Amino acid sequence: MSAVAAIVRRELRAYFVTPVAYVFMVIFLVLSGVLTFYTGDFYDRGLADLQPFFDMHPWLYLVLVPAVTMSMWAEERASGTLELLLSLPVSISQAVLGKFLAAWGFIGICLALTFPIWVTVNYLGQPDNGVIVSGYIGSWLMAGAFLAIGACMSTATRSQVIAFILTASLCFVLLLVGQPQVLDFFQDALPPKLIGAMGQLSIVRHANAIARGVLDLRDLVYFGAMIVAWLGAAVLVLDLKRTR
Amino acid sequence: MIETERLTRCYGPLVAVDSLTLRAEPGQVVGLLGPNGAGKSTAMRMIAGFLTPTAGTARVCGHDIRREPLAAKRALGYLPEGAPSYAEMTVREFLTFMVRVRGLDRDVALRRFDEVVMRLELEDVLEAPIGTLSKGLRRRVGLAQAILHDPPVLMLDEPTDGLDPNQKHSVRMLIDAMARERTILISTHLLEEVHALCNRVAIIANGKLLADATPAELEARSRYHGAVSFSAQGSGVSREMLARIPGVSMTEVDPLDGRVTVFPKPGQPILEEVQALLREQNLLVTEIQLEQGRLDEVFRQITTQPRGGNA
Repeated sequence: MSAVAAIVRRELRAYFVTPVAYVFMVIFLVLSGVLTFYTGDFYDRGLADLQPFFDMHPWLYLVLVPAVTMSMWAEERASGTLELLLSLPVSISQAVLGKFLAAWGFIGICLALTFPIWVTVNYLGQPDNGVIVSGYIGSWLMAGAFLAIGACMSTATRSQVIAFILTASLCFVLLLVGQPQVLDFFQDALPPKLIGAMGQLSIVRHANAIARGVLDLRDLVYFGAMIVAWLGAAVLVLDLKRTR
Repeated sequence: MIETERLTRCYGPLVAVDSLTLRAEPGQVVGLLGPNGAGKSTAMRMIAGFLTPTAGTARVCGHDIRREPLAAKRALGYLPEGAPSYAEMTVREFLTFMVRVRGLDRDVALRRFDEVVMRLELEDVLEAPIGTLSKGLRRRVGLAQAILHDPPVLMLDEPTDGLDPNQKHSVRMLIDAMARERTILISTHLLEEVHALCNRVAIIANGKLLADATPAELEARSRYHGAVSFSAQGSGVSREMLARIPGVSMTEVDPLDGRVTVFPKPGQPILEEVQALLREQNLLVTEIQLEQGRLDEVFRQITTQPRGGNA
């Protein structure tokens, strides 16, 4: 396990040595603030909660997460360090896990830095802080799922641009698939069972369920399965590329 | 110890490494010698675990790279071609990362760290980001990383590429000093390096092992082996007279500097006879040399043979 820890440390450090981390943080914090107050009707709703804040997160992640993950493996391949990494006594799964945990930790730090909005809402009223905590957990889990998708896409291509676009597209599909408009659109074409299954795939539905303050096992399983499956696919792709 | 067993790697229809069977023992410095694109790096990448062999396998210290990859990698220090490293990290951070990721014992690691930094003269650049270093320094950082855990097997892909003559010399001294109990496999296309370092040479071309011998054995295959070359003042000795010496097969005169090379028939010593003739003719010989054989010539001869040929 020390190998995974070493990789997490290295990756996290790499984020903060380059301007990537700071640019990401500033944009994330500014956008999450601005969107909450302007588009999210934070004041006008007259409710002391962070619902509008969390509602914006999927759309922020849609753009920002692929930016974090696009260089994850593509850059290792381009600079030749992948050869170094894979010749170390580290299994591919350990390397994938280490890089993923570092990125997830980084998003966690970004989320933690949004604390002023939590302070604000507590100053303005008496929100249910339990619900807010689970909102953060839901948001973080959603980021994890997106990151896992991005990690997989980054292993599949040498080009960072392609990795970005593929990740963003896949995440977009997962965001859209549960929207009522989309489900309505397919209402006539597909059997109701399939429509139900499509709805279950929706990442927003599961994140919202957690954000309401209900930590349902099914939602946790959904995110766990997403992360494990996509990281597993990343391991497979990396292993496959060794043979080609 | 490194053993490869019919190690093969294909890229589509191209066979990059073709049934390579090779063995390097502790105490040996084996040079993988071959033209560019011969399959040297591909072979090393498979042994290092970066590429999966299409067929065959390799063992590092008895650990099969397919069945026990982690044990094999633990026994191995590897410098990939071009010495890649994380450009944004400082030398200290990079080497510390290597210590951690290899899970080295803290006290041992600290001692090794200082030793390796001193050996490769990296003290002054420890806090510099690797991306800002010169090519030579980056190569030394790569070497430091490879020997940090004191591995029994070292595999260095073109270790002196891009170094100046002084740095080349110090890297060769380093490899030489480590060679005693270790197995070292280096790839190179520099013949001088083979002379300076290796006690065995494996020549590969088109992915095939074409020769596996000591440098001296290879030199003996050269037509220059045992030849006598000299420079003499005056009108020179006639080629007919030299050709009349028993054991001489032919003579050549360099059109530029008039240096004469006398080639023996295989296995026949001719130095004394040539010297005697020169004395007889009362020539002022400014320089005379018994040739050991020329590796570059043997190399060319072996690697440019038609495919399928075997030396």
